[in-house]
Amino acid sequence: MMGNFGVQFRRDLLVAIRARTETANPIAFFVLALSLFVFAVGTDSETLPRVAPGVVWVVALFAAMLSTENLFQRDHDDGSLELMLLDSRPLFLGVLGKLLAHWSVSGLPVAILSPLAAVFINAPFEIIAILVGTLLLGTPVLTLIGGIGAALTAGLGRGGLLLAVLVMPLYIPVLIFGSGACYRVLDGATATAPVLWLIVLLAGSITLAPFAIGAALRGSQEY
Amino acid sequence: MGAIKDVFHRMGSPRFFYQGSSLWVRGLYIGGSLGLIVGSFWGLVLAPPDKYQGDSFRIMYMHVPSAHLAEMVYFACAVAGFVYVVWRMKMADVFIAAAAPVGAVLTMLALASGILWGMPTWGTGWVWDMRTTSVLVLLFLFFGLIALRQAIPRPGRAAYSVAILALVGVINIPIIKYSVDWFATLHQPASITFVDEPAIETSMLWPLLFNAIGFYIFVAGVILAAMRVEVLKREWATEWVRAFTRGK
Repeated sequence: MMGNFGVQFRRDLLVAIRARTETANPIAFFVLALSLFVFAVGTDSETLPRVAPGVVWVVALFAAMLSTENLFQRDHDDGSLELMLLDSRPLFLGVLGKLLAHWSVSGLPVAILSPLAAVFINAPFEIIAILVGTLLLGTPVLTLIGGIGAALTAGLGRGGLLLAVLVMPLYIPVLIFGSGACYRVLDGATATAPVLWLIVLLAGSITLAPFAIGAALRGSQEY
Repeated sequence: MGAIKDVFHRMGSPRFFYQGSSLWVRGLYIGGSLGLIVGSFWGLVLAPPDKYQGDSFRIMYMHVPSAHLAEMVYFACAVAGFVYVVWRMKMADVFIAAAAPVGAVLTMLALASGILWGMPTWGTGWVWDMRTTSVLVLLFLFFGLIALRQAIPRPGRAAYSVAILALVGVINIPIIKYSVDWFATLHQPASITFVDEPAIETSMLWPLLFNAIGFYIFVAGVILAAMRVEVLKREWATEWVRAFTRGK
């Protein structure tokens, strides 16, 4: 039963590790885009800590979106996507395995790097824990939702703008709760409610998104 | 039961749909226009001005129906998406293709009239509250439906993918609404909301009902007309369309 999950997870992780520079791109993007924000907003000690959680979240969201763009592209091009679709084992688990592998080389490193990024843009220290926590909960949701867009656009050869139009409206709740939780802590309140909402989104998207991705992948083979 | 099933099956045929819908479009246009004329005259001329807002509240007679219709059109797109994914009815996809731009325009109308209404009453055109944000997201969802169809050259894949996207989007609509509602309480903007007012006065409610029904009927007519065009575009190579375009 879990065979398909393990196979896809191991394979995609291996591919990601071997294509090292490509895998490093989201992380490099994350750091670079953050510094762009600092240049644009200025290093004012009043505003920078105030915008920091939102900026980190937005940049993490962009990094997640840009990296999901070619989630299924390679498999679509070399035909292994068709093999996965023909497999008699549940597509749900295979898709979940692929997404977990993808998240562990895109969302996870971003979440791990975020304390560094927070220090980098003068974020207050008290938000670091909640920032990492919300990113750990939120980036898998971003990967799962982004996977739907990636599956819908697999093999079209259209760039990230189409994916952005499809996926960004669906990202909004994650962003709201993720950065909302950080601002609650920043304002000295408890962040239980937004964190619980993030968990709701995570549970919901783990159970529903792989179905939508599977359906979209099957649709990608239609004429 | 047999007769209903028969009609259902025949509605799945583009040819039957095209030939059977021409009178319907006219009827819906006439009915919708009547509702809009009665509702607008009543609302803009006969209804009393608002105690607090004066005459500026009258934009409600366009704002409320267009916002409501925009959401209903998206919901209808999602239902059609479900019908397409499950039963592969061609006409369901024709509906999405025709309705998505109509829904996008209705959403823009709702946003624009909301900005115009907000300026005199709220003192600001745009507030990031639950309603405004969720309707903006609705606009993006409509854009997504249109853009995805444009991007996919193969019609079968385009239809299926758009149907899936419509279904995915509808799951998110309540999430967006509640999340932003919740979020807005965090940075509550100082704004006047109608939620706190007692129920709307009947002299103002009746024209709104007429306009809402007029909007419903008129939009149904517009979508039906757009579906007819879409059917002709898709079936251009068939014998009946050729006979039709040659002028019988």
